[in-house]
Amino acid sequence: MTTPASNPPAGEFEPKIVAYVCNWCTYLGADLAGTNRLEYPANVRIIRLPCTGRIDFNLIVKAFEIGADAVLVSGCHPGDCHYTSGNYHARRRWILFRELLATLGIETGRVHFAWISAAEGKKFQQVISEITSQTRDLGPYRAYREICEICEV
Amino acid sequence: MARIGVFTCWCGENIARNVDVQSVAEQAAHLPGVRCSRVHKYMCSDPGQKLIRDTIAAEQLDGVVIASCSPHMHLKTFRKAAEHTGLNPYLVEMANIREHCSWVHPERARATAKAVDLIRVAVAKVRHNRALEPIQVPVTRKALVIGGGVAGIQAALDIADAGVPVTLVEREPSIGGKMAGLSETFPTLDCSQCILTPRMVEVAQHPNITLYTCSEVEQVAGYVGNFQVTIRKRARYIDIDKCTGCGQCWNVCPSKKTPSEFDYGLGTRTAIYAPFPQAVPARPVIDRDACLRLTKGRCGLCVKKCQAGAIRFEDQDELVGENVGAIIVATGYQLYEIGKPGEPGRIAGYGEYGYGRYPDVISSLQFERLVSASGPTGGEIRRPSDGAIPKTVVFISCVGSRDNAKGLSYCSKICCMVNAKHTMLYKHKVHDGQAHVFYMDIRAGGKNYDEFVRRAIEQDGAHYHRGRVSKITQEDGRLIVRGVDTLAGEPLTIAADLVVLAAAMRPAAGVEELAQKVNVSYDEFGFLCESHPKLRPVETNAAGVFVCGACQGPKDIPESVTQASAAAGKVLLMFSRDRLYREPEIAHVQESACAGCFTCRRGCPYHAIDSAEIRDRQGQLVRRVARVNPGLCMGCGTCVALCLSKSIDLEGSSEQQVYAMVESLR
Repeated sequence: MTTPASNPPAGEFEPKIVAYVCNWCTYLGADLAGTNRLEYPANVRIIRLPCTGRIDFNLIVKAFEIGADAVLVSGCHPGDCHYTSGNYHARRRWILFRELLATLGIETGRVHFAWISAAEGKKFQQVISEITSQTRDLGPYRAYREICEICEV
Repeated sequence: MARIGVFTCWCGENIARNVDVQSVAEQAAHLPGVRCSRVHKYMCSDPGQKLIRDTIAAEQLDGVVIASCSPHMHLKTFRKAAEHTGLNPYLVEMANIREHCSWVHPERARATAKAVDLIRVAVAKVRHNRALEPIQVPVTRKALVIGGGVAGIQAALDIADAGVPVTLVEREPSIGGKMAGLSETFPTLDCSQCILTPRMVEVAQHPNITLYTCSEVEQVAGYVGNFQVTIRKRARYIDIDKCTGCGQCWNVCPSKKTPSEFDYGLGTRTAIYAPFPQAVPARPVIDRDACLRLTKGRCGLCVKKCQAGAIRFEDQDELVGENVGAIIVATGYQLYEIGKPGEPGRIAGYGEYGYGRYPDVISSLQFERLVSASGPTGGEIRRPSDGAIPKTVVFISCVGSRDNAKGLSYCSKICCMVNAKHTMLYKHKVHDGQAHVFYMDIRAGGKNYDEFVRRAIEQDGAHYHRGRVSKITQEDGRLIVRGVDTLAGEPLTIAADLVVLAAAMRPAAGVEELAQKVNVSYDEFGFLCESHPKLRPVETNAAGVFVCGACQGPKDIPESVTQASAAAGKVLLMFSRDRLYREPEIAHVQESACAGCFTCRRGCPYHAIDSAEIRDRQGQLVRRVARVNPGLCMGCGTCVALCLSKSIDLEGSSEQQVYAMVESLR
């Protein structure tokens, strides 16, 4: 038998964080963090996508549906996009949908957005560490799970 | 897909130290769809790859997950290994349990749990992978080089010498770029024109080179191997086929007061002019803003004088179409705008140096013209204000460079050498003169470069002061330069006759617009981005578009030429094949579901989405739908996120795959 995904040890709350990252900047930034042995909490699960422009907002909602306590969207800095402008789409979407998320009742403090380049291993480490500790303070995202449970009934 | 093999790598101690590989493999074996789970000390080694190949064959696997390092490291390796056994390479995925796990999570239990999760995600993805075939595109064996400076000339000649036709587009009336205006070059002090002009003539005479001057790239359509380029040939008002370049016209032209672009405003030129004597093509051009005939309808002296009948006032801009397979961008640089009032988006500081206010404060490119035998003073160093020979000259480094507060953060790389060269050229012409240099650091990395700077100091007696200049004022016809010598630890004031500012190198004007036309990204300063700073230095992220010279970053002539030859080599390599192969992980439209709203088309950064017509059997138009051009699509997936009906999807990161990956983390 396999253990269930992300096994929080009994007692202490270990947040589950889903990170949608682009292949060319943030994924490589995370690679660099590894190459430089920059330690960070093991709570993050990276989903590699070609570009942040690929990230549909449904994906963020989906992450909460499967029990994520926080979501990170991270791609190239403005002007650095491998595909010229995908990150601008991501940014615009983020600005629009943040309001919508708030209206839907999703805590916008659990959705994070960061530009991390392929050269910023250190920044990747910092961002993940910060998000993990913030989410730890916020506690498990029970509210969303409760909504899901009500819907399923 | 349900016969998946998981191959977990120890990577020696790299993974095994923090991840319990055996336990990971056991857990992975129980993931849905997994047929078998294997481990190896070094999966990328020959025996490791053999294990993969043998297992694929023995277990008849239809999907493979390699849990090892970053896919940027070895995805290609493992896909190739799978291909050897006949498994489609796009059915192989990786779980990055080294960079993203063992190297960053020292706590063994947690790292092991995360490794299992990462494999879980990859397995969920690979279950929905599809076999893909590389996309083949034909190649047009012709290249376009944009920019006719030394880099563009080198690239064009290299390609043309290999027997491939080249179109060279230059914005100015002559090719030659910045180098044509230099007096002598470091570190050999050989005359710039003597080395460059024969190359320029070679371009003009080469049967494989089509040269467009006074021209700019208006539009670029198409994709790698098949670009359609529209070039705007600006009206030159001269029939360059009839013209013999005799020079009668500019000798009689009465409009003589326009500052010469080639002399950076130190001299003047007529309205009909050849930019410099060795210009290629050796034909004049009429400045439509200065010509009395074109502005006021009067004059026409040149027409009377021209025996060849080559003057055409009715000339209009012309658009020319060219089909090319590859594009090299070599648009070069311009100098930092010293002290100019800041228009929005323009970088300009150092008003305290009085550039533009005091005529004897000049830029380093202007100094080149003062020293040049073809310059406005005929090679005698005379200062612009009164024509006197300056006895004390101050050279200031890093004007704009390495200054976050009012300039640019980067080092312009050539200025240290330019300053050393200038002090020597000055000393060689004004023997009793004294050169002073204010510098931050001397960066003379390069073959014979440091020796050159030492020569400037030791043989030609230049005084080097480590420190910055705070202000320049004018008193009694002399320039009072107030600075500091930080090594002596005291302020330093020098009364100078001439001040030369080594202004920073910036990408040429208009490079951003051009970059957008060819889909190349650029950094915050406007320098074009190469694909990889070390391993792909002339490629860009737009397939078929290459960069060389100072448009990519500050560099000197040898480096520009090297990079130009490298870019030419890459173009020729591309042309050595009949067809090009591209990654098939691109978008595709399910046309039966597409509503034809074309939101995707507006969002696509590559203009890769066309409108296709769906017709019935009678040929009546039923509706229009989006269709992806496989030659243009780069696979970013922006369209997928934009599509309202989810009828467009991306191979390799399809909706099904991505949702399955997230779902697996439940």
